[in-house]
Amino acid sequence: MALGINFNPKRFHKSQIKFFIPLIIVCIFMGLPIVYIFSTALKPTDELFVFPPRFFVQNPTIVNFKKLFSVTGTGIPITTFLINSIITTFLVVFCSVLFSAMAGYILSKKHFKGKNTLFEINKTALMFVPITVMIPRFLVISNIGIVDTRFAHVLPLLAIPVGLFLIKQFVDQVPNELIEAAQIDGAGDFYIFLKIVIPLIKPALATVAILAFQSAWNNTETSMLFVSTETKQTFAFYMSSILNVSNTVAGTGISAAATLIMFLPNLTIFIFLQNKVMSTMAHSGIK
Amino acid sequence: MKIKNKLVKIFDAVINWMDTGKKTTVIFLAPYIILFFIFIVVPVVLAMLLSFTYFNGIMSPKVIGISNYIYLLTQDEVFMKTIIPNTFLFAIVVGPGGYILSFFLAWMLSQVPHKPRTIMALIIYSPSLTAGVAMSVLWKVIFSGDEEGFLNAVLLNGNFITEPVQWLQSPDYLMLIMIVVSLWSSMGVGFLAILAGLLNVNKELYEAAYVDGMKNRLQEIIHITIPSIKNQMLFSAVMSVVGTFSAGAIGVSLSGANPTPQNSGQLVLNHIEDYGILRSELGMASALSVILLFIILFFSKFFQKIFGSNE
Repeated sequence: MALGINFNPKRFHKSQIKFFIPLIIVCIFMGLPIVYIFSTALKPTDELFVFPPRFFVQNPTIVNFKKLFSVTGTGIPITTFLINSIITTFLVVFCSVLFSAMAGYILSKKHFKGKNTLFEINKTALMFVPITVMIPRFLVISNIGIVDTRFAHVLPLLAIPVGLFLIKQFVDQVPNELIEAAQIDGAGDFYIFLKIVIPLIKPALATVAILAFQSAWNNTETSMLFVSTETKQTFAFYMSSILNVSNTVAGTGISAAATLIMFLPNLTIFIFLQNKVMSTMAHSGIK
Repeated sequence: MKIKNKLVKIFDAVINWMDTGKKTTVIFLAPYIILFFIFIVVPVVLAMLLSFTYFNGIMSPKVIGISNYIYLLTQDEVFMKTIIPNTFLFAIVVGPGGYILSFFLAWMLSQVPHKPRTIMALIIYSPSLTAGVAMSVLWKVIFSGDEEGFLNAVLLNGNFITEPVQWLQSPDYLMLIMIVVSLWSSMGVGFLAILAGLLNVNKELYEAAYVDGMKNRLQEIIHITIPSIKNQMLFSAVMSVVGTFSAGAIGVSLSGANPTPQNSGQLVLNHIEDYGILRSELGMASALSVILLFIILFFSKFFQKIFGSNE
């Protein structure tokens, strides 16, 4: 039997052991730090001081989480930050998915002057690393009147070149005949977009939603630079400010709890949507 | 019910009006393009313009030609002697290095059954979800400089070292730790793209090639696998370049100081922050931004040369 036909095998075969061994070693290396965060977050204070430090927690407790939620250096309840983050993240996810989908549909299915140029510009922008131009971005954001408003959390994160790129590639897979048939039946663009295109590109939308979620949920930069009113700042920023002050061993447990709270939503959402992400990635190629 | 019916009618009327002519093209594109222009195009252009000025953020910018660039290339010793070599070392190991690693991991994963593959892919991918999450606390605990540090404790117990090592404050180790940590979290979207690509390669291609006399795995990878997923490889390469340069601030967050100890972990990104935020020399910071954008472009073009040309 030829070797290459082993790709995507249906069941286990002992010839796969040579792949399992290195993979498992890599998985241990990749997974351990995350397990350690879980373990540290659940450690009671006395276990944090044990020498030599233990990897696994022995008497798990949620005391670190309780402490985390009772730290009120500023007198503002932690739920304020949490609600801010939830609202911001929701708006970013919803708007960026919608805007990328609308633009992706047009770029894929409509013919107009400059269409290819637009797509090429967006393709170049895939390489864009926002933080490299942090100074001019700062100047732009400070000068369009959104400083210290909730818009500062949302607007700068909405244009995601990778998002538009993935959605456009996915809309390309929607057969033109389907859209033409609907047009003959008298359907307009809005109808076609909502009733035909959107249902067919759900996997790509899910993928962009994940990317948007990550950029919004983890965002500390906006609160640090543009939103000075504490009641408008985000959970991520509050978490990172706790991390900076609690440098003691006792603070480690609280910090680990904070890190875990930041990390878990990312992981949960990805686990739920991972099938959709994989089918989007199959069409991610740059030609 | 009545109000709802009315609303539906108004909605339909609005949609009908918008659907006539080419209006939808404009309406659909406008939100994305406007935001793209304001938050991506304008900052890049502004960086280029400001890089030719002296600007301290208070007085209006004064045009000084290319002096910022000349200063960086000839006067700024740290920049040429430390930061550029650091950036290239970091970018080459984490960029192409991480990229090759992600290819082989995906390649191995594609040859095990669905269930273990999904679980292992998730484990390998999940560190990249921590990008942006304040993971520095974890690394500070593991690499802490006293005996309480996890790595120190393990090494002391095993008698590999006799006294605790200041991992994060030592110029000898900081870069190494930065690279390991970045590699750890680099198996992101690009890794998933390669894996998805591999799983969708037409099996008949392999069968045909073996009939034609292909002999081993290496030939298989070079002649069938990579050409079949070339487009995913390029996407993944661009993602890995972007990821590498976004991770540039890690040295400062690990060591807790900008500049990092003896500039050992200093990358261009930290230098931008140093000039732009700590010293308020916004013109100089912009010149650095432009240089960094060109470095990123250089790496991306390099990958495009490898995977893009011969279609």
